[in-house]
Amino acid sequence: MATYDDLKFHHRIFTKNYPFSRYSVKDNPCAKLEKPVRECKFALVTTAGLMRPDDERFSNLIKLGDTSFREIPNDFEVQDLIEDHDSDSFNHDGITADRNLAFPLDRFKELEKEGKIGSLNHRHFSFMGSIIAPNSLIKTSAPNVAKLLKEDKVDAVFLAPV
Amino acid sequence: MQAVGLIAAEIERHGIPTVSITLLEEITKIIKPPRALFVPFKMGYPLGEANNAELQHRVINSALELFSRNDTPILEYYS
Repeated sequence: MATYDDLKFHHRIFTKNYPFSRYSVKDNPCAKLEKPVRECKFALVTTAGLMRPDDERFSNLIKLGDTSFREIPNDFEVQDLIEDHDSDSFNHDGITADRNLAFPLDRFKELEKEGKIGSLNHRHFSFMGSIIAPNSLIKTSAPNVAKLLKEDKVDAVFLAPV
Repeated sequence: MQAVGLIAAEIERHGIPTVSITLLEEITKIIKPPRALFVPFKMGYPLGEANNAELQHRVINSALELFSRNDTPILEYYS
């Protein structure tokens, strides 16, 4: 189990002092699933900083965090994704060995094949986590992804951090 | 954990239900995303173990079960 105490010293100090409550979700948004999971079209979102080799790299130079996102086509081979998340707040060995740990596209393809979910969207989305100033994430990039998911008529979304 | 929670909330605001995984209960309790499953794994291992499809499926199934609930914000514990 991960707790603050598992983080490296500088992350622990940062995390204990960071004003998370400033960014608490307001107004408790709640969308209801309108049909059974086995009939739903799913999309995945990860904040592991995964991207295709030809994508523009996430910027590790933006001190307050890069809030941009990358699209990952559903037919892209998961293990060919590059992990561009350079944070030392977690051990990278797991995701290096298996991208499904934070972007379980192979698992969702198995669920689709077994008929446990309806289908998968033609694209998924990847962000970089560790965003210190998430205002543009909240106001721009996350709503932009939400609009794209709406356009794609996605019914449900699964998200994983790293 | 914060970014995932904030993105989930914005997607949900646009009318699409979400479930998310979290590794840090303390942060998710404050951020309050719509439906979060707290998993007892190390940072960097949100679905448990590399190349352990069975465990990854168990975690995903537990997360998908949260779609049956709408008493958001939900913070459920994987067991």
